Amino acid sequence: MSARILEGGLTAALILMGLALIGATFRIIRGPRAQDRILGMDALYLNGMLIAVVFGMRSDSDLYFEAALVIGMLGFAATVALAKFLMRGEVIE
Amino acid sequence: MSVAFMPEWAAVVIAILAVSGAGLSLLGAVGLVRLSSFYERVHAPTLGATLGMALILVASWLYFGTAHGRWLPRELLIAVFLTVTTPVTLILLARAALFRDRTEQPEPGEKPAPMDGDRPEG
Repeated sequence: MSARILEGGLTAALILMGLALIGATFRIIRGPRAQDRILGMDALYLNGMLIAVVFGMRSDSDLYFEAALVIGMLGFAATVALAKFLMRGEVIE
Repeated sequence: MSVAFMPEWAAVVIAILAVSGAGLSLLGAVGLVRLSSFYERVHAPTLGATLGMALILVASWLYFGTAHGRWLPRELLIAVFLTVTTPVTLILLARAALFRDRTEQPEPGEKPAPMDGDRPEG
């Protein structure tokens, strides 16, 4: 019984997160300006990280936690680099 | 897909936490789609970045604690890292957007917000 509750709840959470990914992707494609696309990419990284955590619970595996950690760090680095690029026109001065 | 055995109350709590965290993330994404200007949209994903992230990480901590007896606070790593970095990235992004709106002609419907020290004198 508890396995069925868990399966159902975690599957529902995965579906909701997938819809959130679609929203972020819509903002990346639609724009209208570069900062909106970067904001969408940041949301995409965040939701992807949370999906990795939920998927690790659902498949009862430890391995997805490290993946989530790495995705979070890459998202931070990517968004900071792109914001700096918008500000200055180059990343490393 | 297989989930581990655990008591029912833990399964119910974990499912509720995961679904509400995912629902908050979805709410943030809906705001990202629906809001009209960049300076409103920049607030929306922080719903998922703060409370949604915290709820899902608490669910993960409870899951691995009750299912395998590992009460390690590993999720605290992600939580602390995200809490520290999200404001930094969004402030940098908002400042870059302000800079672009000032140096270029703003598009119709994209109203640049006033910044401190930039108000008219008197």
